[in-house]
Amino acid sequence: MDAVWFVVLSALIFAIGAAGILTRRNPLVVLLCLELMLNAGILALVAFGRMHGSGDGAIFALMVMVVAACEVVVGLGLIVALYRRQVPIDVDQMAELRG
Amino acid sequence: MVFEGIVFFVAAALAVGGALGIVLLQNAFYSVLALVGHLVALATLFLLLESAFVAAAQVVVYAGAVMVLYVFVVAYIGGGAAQMAPATGAVARLGPLFALAIFVELSLAILGSSLAALRTEGPPLPGAGAFGGPAQIGELLLSKFLIPFEAASFLLLVAAVGAVILAGRRRGLEEATDSDSGPAERADKVRERADQPARAEAGA
Repeated sequence: MDAVWFVVLSALIFAIGAAGILTRRNPLVVLLCLELMLNAGILALVAFGRMHGSGDGAIFALMVMVVAACEVVVGLGLIVALYRRQVPIDVDQMAELRG
Repeated sequence: MVFEGIVFFVAAALAVGGALGIVLLQNAFYSVLALVGHLVALATLFLLLESAFVAAAQVVVYAGAVMVLYVFVVAYIGGGAAQMAPATGAVARLGPLFALAIFVELSLAILGSSLAALRTEGPPLPGAGAFGGPAQIGELLLSKFLIPFEAASFLLLVAAVGAVILAGRRRGLEEATDSDSGPAERADKVRERADQPARAEAGA
């Protein structure tokens, strides 16, 4: 398969994730859409790594996976803390830290 | 070659379908399940790109561990409470247009480059399992990429400690917020109490 197909697919998944982040209000779903965008990046990295025939792309993809796991852990911890403080779970109403 | 094409298009359709499911489904629990399907389809695509180790890590780390974490948090917060009306306002209305613009722009950048004119399947591989397998990845991680490897382990440690501090039950927090509440905070509290029955209903 041509690497161009994989890169175009990754662009499509990235755009879908961006649309989700902008339109959804539940922070859990916003985190899921962030995962989508990171996965699109991983797919492009692996495709370019295969194209060049070196393993560097795969290493970079694994590093992105580690960063994504950290982001999920901290994000879910924040959501659980918000739920404990009985703040409404809605990104439009979480305005306390805004300006 | 034809077989590879069929596998690619089936996996790509599943990945895009899973992505659309995450964005469009109204229940957060179904969104998480759609992400699991999306991740498995992506692992198939990684196998097509001869990256067996990344595919295995994707299934074990993402579709296994991270998704279990998501399912636990959705179950804790309540899948019903996550059913909310779609966002209103300018950002929500312009969001899909913005995403479409990103896709068109990225596609123009990809197709406008000389990427398609090159022979981009990559060089022929030395042998089965030599590329993208655990042996190559492990050797690279412990020689060329040793410092990023150590940095990633430190980052994971920091994230784990941070999550425990964020989500851990702190003793004395409730008493502190009860005692030093000014009028504004008291008004907030009343509003929160008014919200609570609605949340209980949504969770049931």
